[in-house]
Amino acid sequence: MSPEPTPSQTVGPFFHNALLDEDRSELVSPDHPEAIRIEGTVYDGAGEVVPDAMVEIWQANSSGRYDHPADDREDLPLDEDFSGFGRSGTDVDGKFSFVTLKPGPVPGPDGRMQAPHLMVSVFARGLLKRLVTRIYFPDEEEANASDPVLSSIEDRELRRTLVAGDEGGVLRFDIRLQGEGQTAFFAL
Amino acid sequence: MAVGRETTNEATGAGREDGRQPPYLYPDYVATRLRAPKKPLIILPRTLSDTTGPAYGSGPIGELDDDLTRQHSGEPLGERIIVTGRVLDGDGRPVRGGLIEIWQANAAGRYTHKLDQHPAPLDPNFSGAGRCLTDEEGRYRFVTIKPGAYPWKNHENAWRPAHIHLSLFGSAFRSRLITQMYFPGDPLFEHDPIFQSVRDEKAQQRMISSFDLETTRPEWALGYRFDIVLEGREATPMENHR
Ligand SMILES: [Fe+2]
Repeated sequence: MSPEPTPSQTVGPFFHNALLDEDRSELVSPDHPEAIRIEGTVYDGAGEVVPDAMVEIWQANSSGRYDHPADDREDLPLDEDFSGFGRSGTDVDGKFSFVTLKPGPVPGPDGRMQAPHLMVSVFARGLLKRLVTRIYFPDEEEANASDPVLSSIEDRELRRTLVAGDEGGVLRFDIRLQGEGQTAFFAL
Repeated sequence: MAVGRETTNEATGAGREDGRQPPYLYPDYVATRLRAPKKPLIILPRTLSDTTGPAYGSGPIGELDDDLTRQHSGEPLGERIIVTGRVLDGDGRPVRGGLIEIWQANAAGRYTHKLDQHPAPLDPNFSGAGRCLTDEEGRYRFVTIKPGAYPWKNHENAWRPAHIHLSLFGSAFRSRLITQMYFPGDPLFEHDPIFQSVRDEKAQQRMISSFDLETTRPEWALGYRFDIVLEGREATPMENHR
């Protein structure tokens, strides 16, 4: 018999010393020739910024390979300087940011490829369990259109929340927890 | 299109979890009211994006990171305790080399955090943050101080039962968990909406550690046992590589 999972509980407001004592928001140096910057603000259902959230990302490297034993596609190179994991708190203005590399495409269900994307977890006081979303890229219109996850979302507005905006080279991805323009969240 | 089937139950709290996980919206916990999403969650098909996940096997862990009583020049005040247990995945297999990060209030119920306004004393010998990696059997062990209960502003005369916050990484993105460990017999359970947000009684028990005489060290510290089960790993190609 499989053991039952331990229930999730909120991260609360006091996690900073334990979880954010070292800065893990830069997956590569900002000087890296292919570095991209992702910025966003977390908003609650009243449109107020959320200053006590934590955002984590998980992604493939620029070849589309995950640094994990389950990804055994040996033909795609691993990059030993790139783990694919990042973590950023939100500041008093609700802002988080990452410096990373754009991931390559990765395989999806039924053998189709998925468009380049980042997996995102959001934790905060008032979230009894994490929220999961994805960041897709605005310069991948064709791949996004055929992405099996994106194209399965019938609500167009909801689908659009998953594609970052391009603001002069900086990717903007705001996270709206509730209300108008709510971000699309996933059940795993 | 089958993969993106949307579910309505999850977001409203009536969820497919049957009270074994908390809902997003639990109005008694006031902060959920403006932070719980209202639109239905989208079911994500399993792909490499979530059956892989951050590996922490070689994370930079300091020698005293798992002993919260020895991180300063003096000893913290309070009841010294040992907290230990195993971390398993959904199939009952040990999670090896998984990172556990913990944080907690001091014995007086005060966090070392600029936003904690509780008028209880800070302890210069206690920061309340630690971490360690699980071993080959999925075991972990912390030495710390039993945290105090503390008040919060959720409702009139609201107090959190004593708890330790834990953050865990398993073998996949799907396994990520942040939770809280409670202590047996706490009279505050029935008054705490965060604890009560998990409606299933057996699931509530899975958040409560048990006193363990075997872990208890004579003349030194009480022992508490807390086993943790992370959400499923499936039989992925990873099986062939371990
Ligand atoms: Fe707490």
